Amino acid sequence: MNFGFTEEQELLRDQVRKFMQGACPLSTVRKIMATDDGGSRALWQQMAELGWLGLVVPEAYGGLGLKWVDLTVVLEETGRGLSPLPLVSHTLAAVALARCGTEAQKKAWLPALASGSTTATLALYDEPNWIHPDAVTLTAKNRRLVGSKPFVADAGVADLFVIACRTEAGLSLALVPRDATGVAVALQPIMDRTKRMGTVTLDVVLAPDQFMALADDDLAYLTDCGAVAVTAELVGAAEATLAMTTAYAKQRVQFGNLIGKYQGVKHRLAEMFVDIESFKSLLYYAAWTVDDAPHELPRAASLAKAYASDAAARIGIDGVQLHGAIGFTAEYDVQLYLKRTKWARPAYGDSDHHYERVAALGGL
Amino acid sequence: MDFELSASEEAFRQEVRDFLKENLPPPRERGPNFLSEWLTKVRAKRWVGFSWPKEVGGGGGSIIEQAILKEEMALAKAPPLGMSMMGLAWVGPGIIQYGTDEQKQRFIPDILDSKVTWCTGYSEPNHGSDLAAIQTKAELTADGKHYVVNGQKIWTSLAPWADWIILLTRTQFDVDVKHKGITCLLVDMKTPGVEVRPIENMAGDRHFAEVFFTNAKVPVENRLGKEGEGWMVTVSALANERSSIGEVTQLYDKLDTLRDLVKRSKKNGQPASNDQSTRRRIAEFEAKIAAMKYNGMRYLTKQLKGEPLSSETSVNKLHRASLEIDMDDFAVALSGAAGLELAGGAEAVDKGKWAKASLGWPNVVIGGGTPNIQRNIIAERILGLPKDGSD
Ligand SMILES: Cc1cc2nc3c(=O)[nH]c(=O)nc-3n(C[C@H](O)[C@H](O)[C@H](O)COP(=O)(O)OP(=O)(O)OC[C@H]3O[C@@H](n4cnc5c(N)ncnc54)[C@H](O)[C@@H]3O)c2cc1C
Repeated sequence: MNFGFTEEQELLRDQVRKFMQGACPLSTVRKIMATDDGGSRALWQQMAELGWLGLVVPEAYGGLGLKWVDLTVVLEETGRGLSPLPLVSHTLAAVALARCGTEAQKKAWLPALASGSTTATLALYDEPNWIHPDAVTLTAKNRRLVGSKPFVADAGVADLFVIACRTEAGLSLALVPRDATGVAVALQPIMDRTKRMGTVTLDVVLAPDQFMALADDDLAYLTDCGAVAVTAELVGAAEATLAMTTAYAKQRVQFGNLIGKYQGVKHRLAEMFVDIESFKSLLYYAAWTVDDAPHELPRAASLAKAYASDAAARIGIDGVQLHGAIGFTAEYDVQLYLKRTKWARPAYGDSDHHYERVAALGGL
Repeated sequence: MDFELSASEEAFRQEVRDFLKENLPPPRERGPNFLSEWLTKVRAKRWVGFSWPKEVGGGGGSIIEQAILKEEMALAKAPPLGMSMMGLAWVGPGIIQYGTDEQKQRFIPDILDSKVTWCTGYSEPNHGSDLAAIQTKAELTADGKHYVVNGQKIWTSLAPWADWIILLTRTQFDVDVKHKGITCLLVDMKTPGVEVRPIENMAGDRHFAEVFFTNAKVPVENRLGKEGEGWMVTVSALANERSSIGEVTQLYDKLDTLRDLVKRSKKNGQPASNDQSTRRRIAEFEAKIAAMKYNGMRYLTKQLKGEPLSSETSVNKLHRASLEIDMDDFAVALSGAAGLELAGGAEAVDKGKWAKASLGWPNVVIGGGTPNIQRNIIAERILGLPKDGSD
């Protein structure tokens, strides 16, 4: 039994952490936040060269063929550094292709995704707070997709949209290149500018091989993968918040003492540690189930995301609160983490959704 | 990352399962001699004191085997492996680590054979969380053969029927730090000058007691460890506390019974299982228990890699404390006024089981170091925040 990471995984973690610190520190993150599309081609290219864009893509399609546990290691570190690069949405689009695509579709698209020559994103639900097959309402008739998809992750930088819709054949995923005629993208003013979302407006006629069948359990699987990926980034973001706030508590003096000496401060920090340890453990298990025990993924993913959604949002808020007024300033970084934890809360299901699912899976 | 066991570990699990199949009949088929026979059989297997070295009569089980044994026993709802609870939990490990050969020969076999009940005399009326400040005095007699003990302990669980007590005393009062000058003694409860006065708790039980020492003479060969080094003896003995593996299995089991209760209950005239907040509470319990389970596995992995466990175990202690309070409390609240009825009440839910249980949490929540103390441990030892005067 080994519920820890291998040496290779620790090396990978080290590599990503150094990348974030060296190539994409928060000063750079802020510069990317200020751009119109929210991306950085140069950094994305570097990530592509390191192989991270095709981490879980099978080797046969040009990826590294690693597992979700490896991906988790990467995402913890990109989350710690609040990476604005579209690694999560891109990876999920690749996972959708690998799971739902025909052999020909996989051959046509996956190598480009793995190499980074195409940046993709996955867009599942049309409702902002409903995780359910019925929440996919965008419809294609005779292969003509008309309507709009809201809250598409990283819409500003994606070249390919993998979009859930309804067709005559049932639930499907449509492969829509951004440069197809009849595709328009409008970024939404989301509070977390490291996670840009946009509305994709569509009036396009697609070829037959631009559709993939999406069974209900595929939709659930992709949602669970999304929950795992978001939670992995949350672990890093929450740990960074705790580290930042702990450091501040060891340096700020009030009433003649370091504020970290007061239990109102130190106990809240201890509780943050308890929560992070806990949703981290739940996450690691969930990540492991993706490849090694998929039948346990639904429950494992829901437990992790349910716990993390609320706990991290609270950590984001208290991280600011425990800094006092300085934490409220735009210049100070802790507020960026608060926004990220709020962004993550509804992504792929909030705690109400996931706890309800856990209750149902438990037989209630 | 994998959850595979080695072939020999799998074989051990199978051995435990086979044993349980053969030797653990369902409760209603158990005869009057069941328990004593059970204790003899598990002893013969060397599963009592399974983690202890073989030389002292233990089982020499590996860390993983210990976890397997605990898990299987909890899954089967088996009786304890020995009746000398504190003897097995920390007195024995303390003696193995710090005791003389004579002490090992004298005390360890009786603990393994469930022949003696030990109790723990640490807390005093004025020193609970701040344990190192204890004042119970032990003075060496002029001939150097005895310690004379004077003072008072309190909250001593099992004291009303214990045979022996592991006692923290102070042999030196003029010390620069309070952790010095503490001496650990092993004391026969029948020693003249030892008096036990049971205390009734809020659940109506009389499990713990005040223990008074008035010129009680303790032979010097019953000192555990060196004079003045009793704090170290205590701390490392307490570090032998159980891992959370068995607890997690019990908590999952309790969660099952809670779900069952929900399915049988009504709320607002409707099945309680349709009630949103009820469903969410159950799921939240499951998340905490699962977190304990996987935290425990991560800590076990650390141990297997030979890294010492530090204060991370406080994380699971905090979860356990809140679950211990909240799960029974949830069950009581679910049934409204009927949830309050104790055994014998016409409306009592499950014969008052939940009502009674909901008064039992202090055992775990206060008895093993309070939640605030656990938070201090995490804040200071893991996060490196300044001490607030406690330590
Ligand atoms: C059921 C039960 C069984 C027990 N069995 C035994 C036994 O067998 N042997 C034995 O020796 N003892 C036993 N105890 C005693 C137990 O170890 C103590 O109760 C415990 O250490 C707390 O001490 P106290 O009761 O004096 O509370 P106090 O230490 O006075 O604490 C009172 C409150 O103040 C808080 N507090 C204290 N210090 C701090 C601080 N620095 N920061 C923040 N908050 C603080 C505590 O969290 C608590 O809420 C038992 C207790 C119980 C309830």
